[in-house]
Amino acid sequence: MISVGHYLAVSAVLFTLGVLGIFINRKNIIVILMAIELILLAVNINLVAFSAALNDLVGQVFAMFVLTVAAGEAAIGLAILVIYFRGRGTIAVDDANRMKG
Amino acid sequence: MIQVAAFWLFATIVIASAAMVIFARNPVHSVMWLILAFFNAAGLMLLAGAEFIAMLLVIVYVGAVAVLFLFVVMMLDIDFAELRAGFVRYLPLGALVAIILAAEMIFAVGAWSAGGVDLATRAAPVVTDKSNIQQIGELLYTRYIFLFEAAGIVLLVAMIGAIVLTHRQRGGVRIQNVSAQNQRRPEDATRLVDPGVGQGVQL
Repeated sequence: MISVGHYLAVSAVLFTLGVLGIFINRKNIIVILMAIELILLAVNINLVAFSAALNDLVGQVFAMFVLTVAAGEAAIGLAILVIYFRGRGTIAVDDANRMKG
Repeated sequence: MIQVAAFWLFATIVIASAAMVIFARNPVHSVMWLILAFFNAAGLMLLAGAEFIAMLLVIVYVGAVAVLFLFVVMMLDIDFAELRAGFVRYLPLGALVAIILAAEMIFAVGAWSAGGVDLATRAAPVVTDKSNIQQIGELLYTRYIFLFEAAGIVLLVAMIGAIVLTHRQRGGVRIQNVSAQNQRRPEDATRLVDPGVGQGVQL
């Protein structure tokens, strides 16, 4: 039988893959953004799994809010990426030190 | 029995396509694998009984976010081979962090299934005589109405921010000026002349 543990395992693997994606694609900000989307997807699966397991709808409501923030984050991130590319002609972000942060 | 088979199918494909997202050589292929991952995650959520979130995932992620990624990837002229240069160099550190994360999460799941700590009672119990989307709507428009409106404001700010960031005023572009066209009178544009015979007209 499928239990909440199975869902948690899937979401844990997804989350780990997202973090690994950020580390191994350090130069390519497009893939970094996609890895962040994977992490948020793992969080959503977790919320939905606990919502189903605990018979509580709040998890699904908050999954919707996470989805909203993820959509906004992707839009702003890609807009920043476009203007960054326009200014520098590349999207290699490992040498992005213009603001000396 | 079919639920178990569906779970393993969706779980296998979502993990495999997530791995392909981060390992694919071409970011366009990454976006395609991302779309597959979202579809299968929606299937997983459907199995858990969250129909509304599953459909939202397909509409918002596949319909909007993934297509946005696709547009940006294809619009920018990028040398992707150069971007993959540090792949092997970053792999050991990334793998180390990933292993630590995975071990921690397995530990947390084990602790949770061993009983965990009972923090509070259920906030909004599921009732069986209403559909999933109706219950979510009742929660969203009553208890979480301010959070719902805040989510709308987040989306509005994201939209305005994206437009402001990417909008640029290009010089030297001649666009139509409707009010100037409407204010133009015949006496500004034409001239009556009465030239003598054989004299011609100076324009």
